[in-house]
Amino acid sequence: MTASRIQHLIPAIIVLAVAAIVTWLSFTQQPAQAFLFPRLISVAFIILAFWNFSRAALGQSKVGGGVSAESFINLMPGLVVMSIYAFFAAKWLGFYCASFAAFLTIYSIYDPVPLSSMKDWGKRVFITAVFMAVIYGLFSLLLKVQTPRGLFF
Amino acid sequence: MEFLNHFGGVFEPISFMLLLVGTIGGLILGATPGLSPTMAVALLIPFTFQLAPTQGLILLGAAYTSTVAGGAVSAILLKIPGAPANIATSLDGFEMAKKGEGARALHLSFLSSGVGGIIGVLLLIFLTPLLAKWALAFGPSHLFWLAILGVTVIGSLDSKSFVKGLLSGCIGLWLSMIGYDDIQGAQRFIFSSSLTGGINIIPALIGLFAIPQVLDMFAKGRRNAEIETVQVPKQSIMDSARELGRSGRALSIGTIVGSIIGLIPGVGGQIAGLVAYDQSRKFSKHKKKFGTGHSEGVIAAESANNAMVGPSLVPLLTLSIPGSPTAAVLLGGLLIHGIFPGTDLFDNHPKVAWTFINSMLVGQVLMVIFGIYTATWAARIARAPQPIMAAAVMVLALFGSYSVQQSMSDVYIMLTLGVGMFFLEKFGFSAAPLVLGLILGPIAEANFIQGALISNAQNGPLEYFLTGPLNIFLVVLVIASVGYSFWTNMLEQKETTLEAGAKS
Repeated sequence: MTASRIQHLIPAIIVLAVAAIVTWLSFTQQPAQAFLFPRLISVAFIILAFWNFSRAALGQSKVGGGVSAESFINLMPGLVVMSIYAFFAAKWLGFYCASFAAFLTIYSIYDPVPLSSMKDWGKRVFITAVFMAVIYGLFSLLLKVQTPRGLFF
Repeated sequence: MEFLNHFGGVFEPISFMLLLVGTIGGLILGATPGLSPTMAVALLIPFTFQLAPTQGLILLGAAYTSTVAGGAVSAILLKIPGAPANIATSLDGFEMAKKGEGARALHLSFLSSGVGGIIGVLLLIFLTPLLAKWALAFGPSHLFWLAILGVTVIGSLDSKSFVKGLLSGCIGLWLSMIGYDDIQGAQRFIFSSSLTGGINIIPALIGLFAIPQVLDMFAKGRRNAEIETVQVPKQSIMDSARELGRSGRALSIGTIVGSIIGLIPGVGGQIAGLVAYDQSRKFSKHKKKFGTGHSEGVIAAESANNAMVGPSLVPLLTLSIPGSPTAAVLLGGLLIHGIFPGTDLFDNHPKVAWTFINSMLVGQVLMVIFGIYTATWAARIARAPQPIMAAAVMVLALFGSYSVQQSMSDVYIMLTLGVGMFFLEKFGFSAAPLVLGLILGPIAEANFIQGALISNAQNGPLEYFLTGPLNIFLVVLVIASVGYSFWTNMLEQKETTLEAGAKS
């Protein structure tokens, strides 16, 4: 299965935009000596990005199945939880507390077992607690990693 | 025979314990569908910070070896290859298991992995010092071209689209330049305060290899995985060993194909397994039995994918060119301990180099022993629900990337790169050349600048970088790797067009 032309165009445009910014910065920023290697690489980067864009625009880009609407809808809750966890909760709530909440949330969202059963909730909480105990043992006790404590732990 | 002097290091209590942990853990991780050897090694790197370089490398090497072999467990018992390298194993392995020969298939798979793996590591032992001595003749221009060759070879061969493969390499090279320039101290491409310190290799590796797999699991939704499982009646190991002895042809083909493919940078275990399976079928007296549960299929595929592990480290340990994506991650593991592959490794850190290589030899034996006895147990873990695996890898990725420098910036970079890579992979881009660009970028740049300075005192950069037999040889290799890939892409495109035309 290959993605549609429009789907291939989106990453091609993003990559072309990144390549254009990198090339522009490489040739305009100072000191020139520090941008010698970036200039060399950016030339190859922009040529390849333009080539890739042309192929996508002409409908010749066939590699990659893209992301179906169903996959995207499935993906979104997990991606949102993961982003909130990494960008906000880990520092704000504390690493262990946020990790417990994120693990339990992801497990519950994607668990095919219905969410109505109390017994299954108990199982989820137990598995999360055991996993977090292992993580605490590994990172806090064994590797002595000081994690942000935040509001809780 | 210097390697014999360092065998004792493998059996030091902590080193041996780590070898055991890496082997058993690797077998379990390898058996778990969705957890690739590359991701397993990337997630393990943060744990090696507290260890001495030798011990850290022993852990990573053991995990690399046994995840490749462990992937056969789920390929045989569940028909889900634990890693891409085990795709060929599932073709006959699962059919054998369905016929009630699951234990025999597992025994043959681990025994042939062991034989292939040991021969592969012996190649590593004998070829590496020769190539490392040759690498002594390399100046800055050669090292620059070698770094570029590493990116172009993996960019061309690892990706299905050579334009996207090379683009991935360029993105990696660009990412490696973010931060402060080493010589002038100038700021380069710092778009956010999180990027001030540049992009650390370890969080980047974790993000690029672990997060896309987590997101892939999310994308499957709340589906109940329908896994066809089989019962595994017991079988004598001696009978399996005798059968392996009778299947010398498949074993030899697998080992030779795996070793050769391992030496070619960027090709990887998946290709090794499939090519060995195909060649073994062509040379077999029982061609028609392949695909119906024939033991030679399992033997050829498994001996090949483990035989490539040792040789894939030869270009890595001598020339800094990883032979596989997992070897690229191992390169990151070496660099964070301040060890540079090549003559530096063998001249200044011989104990580290040889103990690591010897541990891979001992690790092959341990892998066979533990693989045979823990296979059915590992298969049970392989059936762990996907939501638990996804959540566990996500939390491990966050803790692992934070622990490197105890910095939230690394966590943000890890997640951003991981999410970006997930979407890029869906459109044919590949993580391996991107990682190579990121790792080899600083090496290429340092040698480029050094070469440019030397050339100013001579006849200019063009002459310095483009003349001399070694420079010309390396430039030809760079052009050939890109040209070959371009040519095969064109052929594939032509075939697709012809097929589409025939259908219409």
